[in-house]
Formats: sequence, structure tokens, C-alpha cells
Amino acid sequence: MTLTTRKFDALIVGAGGAGLRAALQLSNAEARVAVVSKVFPTRSHTVAAQGGVNAALANVLPDSWHWHMFDTVKGSDYLGDQDAIEYMCRAAPKVVYELEHFGVPFSRLEEGNIYQRAFGGQSQHFGKEQAARTCAAADRTGHAILHSLYQQNLRAQTHFFDEYFAIDLIKDDAGHVLGVVAFDILSGEPIAIEAKTTLIATGGAGQIFRTNTNALSNTGDGMAMALRAGVPLEDMEFVQFHPTGIAGRGMLITEGARGEGGFLINDQGERFMERYAPNAKDLASRDVVSRAIAIEVREGRGCGRNKDHALLDLRHLGADTIMKKLPGIREVSMTFLGVDPIEAPIPIFPTCHYSMGGIPTNRDGQVVVPVKDTPEDPVPGLYAAGEAACVSVHGANRLGGNSLLDILVFGRAAANHILDFLKDNRHHRPLHKESVDRALARLARWDRKGEGEAVEPLRRELRKIMEDHCGVFRTAEVMQEGVTRLDNAVIRDHSRTFNTARVEAMELENLMDCAMATIVSALGREESRGAHSRMDFTDRDDERWLRHSLYSLQDDAMDYKPVRTQPVTVESFPPKERVY
Amino acid sequence: MEFSIYRFNPETDSAPYMQDFTLGDDLVEPGMMLLDALLLLKEQDDSLSFRRSCQHGVCGSDGMNINGTNGLACIMPLKDLKTPIVLRPFPGMPVIRDLIVDMDNFYHQYREAEPWLVNDSPEPEVERLQSPEDRDKLDGLYECILCGCCSAACPSYWWNPDRFLGPAALLQAARFIQDSRDEATEERLERLDDAYSLYRCHGIMNCTQVCPKGLNPSKAIGDIRRIMLKRSV
Repeated sequence: MTLTTRKFDALIVGAGGAGLRAALQLSNAEARVAVVSKVFPTRSHTVAAQGGVNAALANVLPDSWHWHMFDTVKGSDYLGDQDAIEYMCRAAPKVVYELEHFGVPFSRLEEGNIYQRAFGGQSQHFGKEQAARTCAAADRTGHAILHSLYQQNLRAQTHFFDEYFAIDLIKDDAGHVLGVVAFDILSGEPIAIEAKTTLIATGGAGQIFRTNTNALSNTGDGMAMALRAGVPLEDMEFVQFHPTGIAGRGMLITEGARGEGGFLINDQGERFMERYAPNAKDLASRDVVSRAIAIEVREGRGCGRNKDHALLDLRHLGADTIMKKLPGIREVSMTFLGVDPIEAPIPIFPTCHYSMGGIPTNRDGQVVVPVKDTPEDPVPGLYAAGEAACVSVHGANRLGGNSLLDILVFGRAAANHILDFLKDNRHHRPLHKESVDRALARLARWDRKGEGEAVEPLRRELRKIMEDHCGVFRTAEVMQEGVTRLDNAVIRDHSRTFNTARVEAMELENLMDCAMATIVSALGREESRGAHSRMDFTDRDDERWLRHSLYSLQDDAMDYKPVRTQPVTVESFPPKERVY
Repeated sequence: MEFSIYRFNPETDSAPYMQDFTLGDDLVEPGMMLLDALLLLKEQDDSLSFRRSCQHGVCGSDGMNINGTNGLACIMPLKDLKTPIVLRPFPGMPVIRDLIVDMDNFYHQYREAEPWLVNDSPEPEVERLQSPEDRDKLDGLYECILCGCCSAACPSYWWNPDRFLGPAALLQAARFIQDSRDEATEERLERLDDAYSLYRCHGIMNCTQVCPKGLNPSKAIGDIRRIMLKRSV
């Protein structure tokens, strides 16, 4: 059988916001671009983002990119790389205006400017009054952005491989990445897609936890591909639990609900956030609010029959604001709970939401790995952007509204760097046969027939282990147990030949790698910082741990590298105690 | 709980057939959606094939025909469904396998509507202004998730899928015709002004009835017709 081969200048794996923003930049510059996606592009998970995208436009309240930068550094619990954060916050207004020009139907203010709302962790004047920095299209901002980007890519005639599953990167002995081996989900036929550059934009791995806000397709495919290609993953212990997932189900209720004035209450009807964050209250950083809810429940002040959740009260906002500014979450609440937030508060609990960690990159989107004395040496031809990447602008805790910003800024930045790379690298390197064969073997093993453990129960068990042993609070003991169990877990039944079962099996392999990265990195970090809370190491420890974790698949090895504390042009924000 | 599900695997089946499934009562929980049940049935038989992703009605992957009506499995409460629950692929679209249909033509018609903002005026360095009233005109149009429930419920689209754009694509056409920032209104109307693209809509309104997002393609099509009419006089 001869393997189908296609050649492009630039290949993008993943058709969410990061992938499509990069693709548009490249197509508009007349590079030959291909986008591979396992789902039709508008079904990518960017579509589910609700609240909005941060940019210091100052349409509602005074604002500056520098305040945005301060908030992001503080929100990251000082683990974010300040050069990348400065770059992102400076670029934010431009990328949002570009979106508007692409056709995104932003909500509008009276004068016709883009509507902006308050979100958690935002301030004016470096930590003073609340800011309103989040640009919104009602509570469907991700949908509005993803569809507009896809539409502009259609206009620019970007080439799409819809419903193709990327198996692995092709990498030659000199370390150059030459594209991917994928298969067409519908026909099952493999294909080698060669490219001078490959951008991984496959999103996060939220499905490693049982209760999550993520799509079933968020299985960390790109992260796992990078691991298998010898690239370590950075800061995987930092998994964001969104404070307001629908209790027991996980569907997201945007932070914009609190931005519009909603607040949390416990079983006493008390606005308990006033105790945990006297100034910012319900708009403190997500890690702070999630921990507060978990503590309220643990101390017996939870709501409901099982006292296992808190309530998000929006009733005082009135029907008009809810229907105009939060129509999507009203729909979700009514569909899944039968609760109309105009009339009753919504039961919520912290829910796995976002991977702060990912494939290490610099601020040009180049994937960087430690080589001898250099902590950040670019892998030629390989880029990553968005939730799959760790640049790192979110550090130990991401601010709401910064993920849509991240995908746009760094999708675009990666594309610009790719254009430069293409100028200097005009020809494809020879295809590396061994690397292609390895990927094909990974695909073929699922054709094997015979007895064995089924995929779906194993996936369920994995997600349960992660939730029990690696949730909001973490201790060494249970995590060690989790590591052992995951180590011993195997997939024995490889008998399935048909597409969705095979796709799910390969997704589970990817999830396992991401789960191991998360749990081993979490075990290694003996402190509490941002989203990483350990009951056996309750304090932040800047002396030992102001550094990034790097997990490698080979022997589950941990390595560390320094935080880039030096911004591009302004002064560094040194670590301080975080008070909201 | 009983299910009757359309099965077809082109590699092994010469013709499609309906297969019965049972979901044990111990597995049925309050508040469960149809997709939750399907995921459990897939554990019984992992060859059962359907698309799914977000699980809360925003990605538009899991459209199917549920007890005779098109809808999204992930936001369809089990308790609202009469049993046995009969699941079929979308009518009027070629079946790839089980509940998975070939949506190429649907996407093709979407592209035919040229669903992208056209504005070739010099770009300002900030946002283009749009009044809240003008922005309100996009509500009910931009929220489409391309699930296909509407077009797959439209007899006019079944008969003329190649020439009639169908409700989903026409909703997109309306979304850009109504956008105060778009400068290609005239060209858009021109492209729709033939016997089929728009005018094959006979106002049956199945589209509006089945839309899982509560949108109203029928009204959007009526609005385009009115604009056409005004333009011709």
C-alpha cells in the first residue's frame, strides 16, 4: 500500500481560535496552509468560550495595557513569563480591533464602541479599583470569534482537512519537524502531510478529570504528540478549576455572570467571598474563588440536600440584564437544571476548566526545549499556540478573558514567525521514513483482535482517579497512589477497527500521557501556588519553586527552568503576597 | 429504557436496519440527556457511531432525528421522550454510517452564501462603530451552530439540495445582509435573485420548529424577500 502524501508550506493541527487565527495570517500572506482538525472547525472548543476577551480598550473605564500586565502577572502567582505577558497585553487592543474588522458581532455600547465587562482579577492603577476589560459578544464570545475566523479563512481559501485525526509528528534525526501522520476518520486511510513548519493548536486536556467544562474532544492530543516526539511539557500541575461549573454536571457558567454583578452564597445565604477577598469579593482570581467554595463545602456550609455545592445568585440583576447580557447561561441553566436564573440561584461547584501548562514556547510561538546549558532552544519547524502551549502567560493561574486573548495573540505571532522561517527555508526536507512508520504502527495496533479491557470503562476510571487524587486540594500520598495506578493501567483490547472507537482509543492514549504529566508534575512541586494547592505544603515558596516544571515522557523525568521575570521594555513585577 | 436505532455500516451491511437497545433503569439518572444515554449504549456496543463533542448544545455535532424530529442529543432531556426512543440519521442527507451523515453539501451551500464580512473601506486603527440598535439586528442570526437540524428538516432542501441554499445557509446570508458594517449587500441580494437559491422556500417552517437554538430561519428568509422586493420597485 502506498501512503498518500500531501505537501504544504505550513501545517496547523487544530482548528480552534489559535489555529484559525494563525491560518488566516498565513493564508493572507499567500503561504500554502493546511489545517487538520478531528472535528469540523466550528465545532472546536473555542466555540464554548462565553465571557469574552481582555484588552485595555478603555471603552467603559480607564485602562492601560500596563495595568493589564500587572493583573496578569499577579494572577499567575508570579509564575508567568513577564516578557510574554508584556507582549500579549500590548498586542491585545490590536488583535481585538482586528477581530472586529473580521466581522465578530461584539455587543455594543451606546456610542457604538465594543462592549466591555468586569471580570475577575482586573484592576485599575496596579491593584486599585475594579477594571472593565473584557470585550464581549453577549455570553457567546467564543462562538462569535470562532465562526468569524472560520468564515474569513473560507474567504482566504485556507485548505482544510476536516475530520482528520493527527497521530504523531514526523521528526527527522537532525531534530527537524516535517509535518504529521494523520488519518481520515471517515475512510480510516492514513496520510502523511509534509510541511516546512507545523503548528500545534490542539487545545487542552480537560477530559483527564471527571467533572469538567470541556468538550469530549479536549483530550490533549497535541500535548501528547509533543511528549512522544521528545518535547517535555511545562507546568502541567497547574490545572484551573473554574469556580462556577454547574454542580454535578460541569457545564460552564461564565465569570461574566459575576462580572455583571452576580454573587456566591452558602447555605446561610452569606456572601462568603467577602471573607476571603474583602476588596475584589466575587471577582477575585479564579483559584482564590474555587478554593473558597471548596472550603465552605468542606466546613459544612454547602447548599442542597448533600451540602455539596454553593449557589450563584443573579436574581437581583433583573430579567433585562440576564436576557440581554447572559442569554446563553440562562439557556444552559434551564436546560440542565430546570433553573431559570431570573427566578432562582444556580447550584455551582469548581470544575476542571483549563490547562495552564502545555508545550513550552517562546513568545514567537516556537517550541523550545532545554539543550545542555540553554533552557530554551527552538525545535526547528515546530510551533505551538493556545491552550496546548505554555508560553507562559498564565503561570500558575489564568485570569478569565485571557485565554481567548492568548490564542489570538500567539496564533498570530506564531504565524508571523512562520512566515520568516519560510523565507529562509524554501524547500521541504526529505521525509523521514522511520518516523512515519512509527506513527503508522500506532494506528495499526488498534486493528489487533482479541480479548482485553475496554476503552470507555478505563477512561472513566482514569478520570475518577484524577478527580480523587489530583483535584482542588492535593497531598503527596494520594497522588503517589494515582501515579502507581496510572502506571499499571494498560489498554489490552485493540480489536476495534471502526472510526469512533478507534479515535476514542487513541484519545485515551493521549489523555493518559497528559494525566501522567499532570500528576507527576504536581507531586514534584512541594509548595502551593495559584491553582496548585497542597495540604502538605500550604505556602508559596519563591526561593525553591519560582521556576517552571518540565515533564518528559522518558522515565517520567522532571526537570526545571527559570521563570523569565524580565519584561521586554518595562520593569519587572517582583513576587508579592497575593491579596484580592 | 428502550431504544430503536438505525444501523448501517457500509463495509458489512448491504442495507440499513433498526437495532433495539436497552438501557438498564439503574443507569438512568434524573436530568440525563439523550447523549448521556447514547454514550452508555456505546459501552454496550462500541461500533455504534455518532458525532459528539461539547455536550451542551454549542458545537452542533450531535444532530440527529429523534422520534421523528431533528434535534441535538446533548440538550434533549431523556424524560421528555416517548419510548422506545427511535433514533435515525438526518433525513435527506447521505448516510456514512449509523447516525453519521455526510454534510458536505450542507457546508457547500453555507460557503455559497459567502458568510464573511465584506468591508473594503480603509481600516480604522480602532473598531468600526455600530449602534446597539444595528447590533440588535444580528440577534437571532449570528448564534447559528451549523448543526444542520433545520436544512435536514426542510422538504425544499431535500428536493433541491444542489440549487436551494437551505435555511441554515440563508440564515447566514441574512446575518451579513443585516450587518450595518457589511458593504456587499447589493451583491449578496443579486446572488440570491434566481428561481432556486432563496425562492424555493415555501414557508413550511420546519426549520424554525426544529432549531435547537430557538432561531427563526423562516423569518430571516422572509426578511430577505422583503428587502429584495423593496429593491426591485
